[in-house]
Amino acid sequence: MRKRIIALFSMLLVFAIVAAGCGSGSETDSKANAEGGNKKEETTKGSITAVGSSALQPLVDEAANQFMSKHSGSTINVQGGGSGTGLSQISEGAVDIGNSDIFAEEKDGIDASKLVDHKVAVVGMGPVVNKEAGVEDITKQQLIDIFTGKIKNWKDVGGKDQEIVLINRAEGSGTRAVFEATALDGATPAQAQEQDSSGTVQKIVSETPGAISYLAFSYFNDSITPLKVDGVEPTATNVETNEWKIWAYEHMYTNGDPTGLTKEFLDFILSDEIQSSLITELGYIPVTGMKVERDAEGKITNK
Amino acid sequence: MKGESILELKDIKMTEKQWNSSTKIWTEQRGRMITLTSVSIMIIIAVSILYFVASKGFSTFTVNKASIIDFFTGMQWKPSTLDDLGRPIVGALPLIFGSFAVTLLAAIICAPLAIGAAVFMTEISPKFGKKILQPVIELLVGIPSVVYGFVGLSVVVPFLRENIGGSGFGIAAGTIVLTIMILPTITSLSVDAIEAVPMQIREASLALGATRWQTIYRVILKTSLPGLLTAIVFGMARAFGEALAVQMVIGNSTVIPSSLVEPASTLTSILTMGMGYTVMGKAENNALWSLALVLLLMSLIFIIIIRILGRRRVY
Amino acid sequence: MNAKRADRLATIIFYAIAGFIVLLLAGLFGYILVNGVSHISWKFITSPPQSFRAGGGIGPQLFNSFYLLILTMIISVPLALGAGIYMSEYAKKNIFTDILRTVIEVLSSLPSIVVGLFGFLFFVIYMGWGFSILTGALVLTIFNLPLMVRVVETSLQGVPDAQREAGLALGISKWETIKKILLPAAIPGIVTGIILASGRVFGEAAALIYTAGMSTPILDISNWNPFSPTSPLNPMRPAETLAVHIWKINSEGLMPDVKEVSSGTSALLVLLILVFNISARWIGKFIYKRMTAS
Repeated sequence: MRKRIIALFSMLLVFAIVAAGCGSGSETDSKANAEGGNKKEETTKGSITAVGSSALQPLVDEAANQFMSKHSGSTINVQGGGSGTGLSQISEGAVDIGNSDIFAEEKDGIDASKLVDHKVAVVGMGPVVNKEAGVEDITKQQLIDIFTGKIKNWKDVGGKDQEIVLINRAEGSGTRAVFEATALDGATPAQAQEQDSSGTVQKIVSETPGAISYLAFSYFNDSITPLKVDGVEPTATNVETNEWKIWAYEHMYTNGDPTGLTKEFLDFILSDEIQSSLITELGYIPVTGMKVERDAEGKITNK
Repeated sequence: MKGESILELKDIKMTEKQWNSSTKIWTEQRGRMITLTSVSIMIIIAVSILYFVASKGFSTFTVNKASIIDFFTGMQWKPSTLDDLGRPIVGALPLIFGSFAVTLLAAIICAPLAIGAAVFMTEISPKFGKKILQPVIELLVGIPSVVYGFVGLSVVVPFLRENIGGSGFGIAAGTIVLTIMILPTITSLSVDAIEAVPMQIREASLALGATRWQTIYRVILKTSLPGLLTAIVFGMARAFGEALAVQMVIGNSTVIPSSLVEPASTLTSILTMGMGYTVMGKAENNALWSLALVLLLMSLIFIIIIRILGRRRVY
Repeated sequence: MNAKRADRLATIIFYAIAGFIVLLLAGLFGYILVNGVSHISWKFITSPPQSFRAGGGIGPQLFNSFYLLILTMIISVPLALGAGIYMSEYAKKNIFTDILRTVIEVLSSLPSIVVGLFGFLFFVIYMGWGFSILTGALVLTIFNLPLMVRVVETSLQGVPDAQREAGLALGISKWETIKKILLPAAIPGIVTGIILASGRVFGEAAALIYTAGMSTPILDISNWNPFSPTSPLNPMRPAETLAVHIWKINSEGLMPDVKEVSSGTSALLVLLILVFNISARWIGKFIYKRMTAS
């Protein structure tokens, strides 16, 4: 018994030492990265961490896998946690890349001056309704009235006699911020049920009669009906010309200019290889194809 | 403590006098040291977590200047917007209400079921109970809350929507999921409480000509009442702190609902949902930590209740 | 006879309650298994997941779950043994012990998300260990300790006082008595408790999202050097467990077979926990038999 306890404790000790060793190692790494990497020539060996937006996670995950299989010996850790987490962690220099659905300038309490923005993709979003609603096209004003609670039944917008069930996204989520700014013209939606994940929203809209919510294009499928707004269809082509206005950039922020592995990875994501294949496969829209640009204040300029 | 028997009254001194062997004292000391170290580590962990949650939770009121009275009575939960006085709007009453509603309802439904099952296992059919019911109930403990939430979303919510109306999301769905989740906790603790009733009392009651039911209800349940209540409070504490499963079925709307099938929210569901979207150290984030602090204080209150119940235990 | 009839009625009601619970569970399990078992195959259990194509598996997640569990137990069993022994044998009945008990219980009723965030801020960021198996194991230890301490304590209290007094009467010191007499007698209960706690650890998701993380690097199964980043044994790499995987794909999964993967993973998890529970009973019994026979 005693021997066993001693063995266990010594194992613990070894683990603690290993952990401390590894920990201090990775710490100096990230510090060096945060300070702009004033170390000797960095190779692609090493590891970096990207944290943040869950909407962007599948893309970064897959890109990281492809990158790692090409450059053995490099490790890229991709974690979710939400845009808020991503932005606050990158501001503190605790990670190498912060993923976000919104501009850093739009988030209270983030000092955007230190951060460098890398727009890696564009995501289109649109209102979706339950198939039974009997509506496929509404005007922007009707959309605003539905979300602010003025219109309570689908028959008022030419659908069935069915009560409207609003499903909002979580307050503070990037998707919600974009939708309120671009689709509702800044109107505050009525108090309604909130869900924080696209998968859950998709499931609920497909099963609940009269439900309406909004989702990124990549979550559109046969179980729900995407709405046209003012006759414009939610397609990638319409996003590129800004005829469909409900879209946002997916940002990957670095603290200061990226160096070493971080830079290589970001370049890899922005390369044609990824932009033309993976981005469209996952239902995002390549940044390279955009004919307009939007800044943090929402101003649109033609490219 | 059971270990405090007469023999130990002068434990170390006596051994010293009688055997006077330093190794013995050394081992004795070492045992005490090892165990005390483990306990100290636990205390350090607990205290640092408590301090951490409390310091972050209070900063809503000290740093962001929100009012504590509004926190407990306000109906508006919008920590990202400021009111006329420049304070974040943190009316947590709907969330507190939701948490208490699901917890109490789940306890009311679960208690008879769990105590019934416990009586069945101890008094009616110990063989079947021990062989089938107990393993079955223990399995419930192991099912991850993610899976509960998923089943709730796929089965309970549609069922409620089609049979009762509303959207299906709400306190009713949360209650059903929680009832199943706390069933094992209450059952196993109730079994312990009932098994602690001395055999002689049962025999005496039966010998006086009481039927089994009369014995159960007038003697056994009465005697083990404090233990049973403790079991129920423990279950309530579990329900109060459950996050993921409830979040999936409650609907997360920060209002006091007009019916049991309208979306509501609990402290945990809003806490889990908002954490990723807020920035550390800002008002929205601190407000969430204040919710965590309320959860913490509630678990303290539950534990104090359990203590008081435990004191009344006399056999 | 009124009393007789009441007695019969009560018995029927108790049987009904027991039956209802068994049915409820059978329904729950049936639902999970019927939906998921058909998706479990050797390929599903061994291949890595896909982010957006169909046909992904859960190999790395399965490995991570077990590895994390083992690490957690290595850290928490000695601690829980020590603390449990203290609470049961050394703690005097006084205000300090009362406070200690309260602290332990508060720790056990904390929502796991709070523990997870504490771990995130302290281990991941402040200590700089990043999203890693080690961080996850430490957080699960915190989450698990109160329960384990309770298990050790109740198992020790279950040992008759006569054994304690016998040990002391033989002139063995208290620590020796605990080690040589009480612990062996309490082992069956402790082992059962540990395995049941394993089930809880296995299914925990909320505490791990911010600590062990939601991704797994590409692993090279043949690499057994725990210091290499691609080795499955490296405790400093991020690791997504089965429960976290279910949570992740349900919230943001893009693959067309999301439903199948998530039902399959749920079914696998439940089956594994079933195995845990059966083995807990079996091993507990086995040890007890061996101890009492020898």
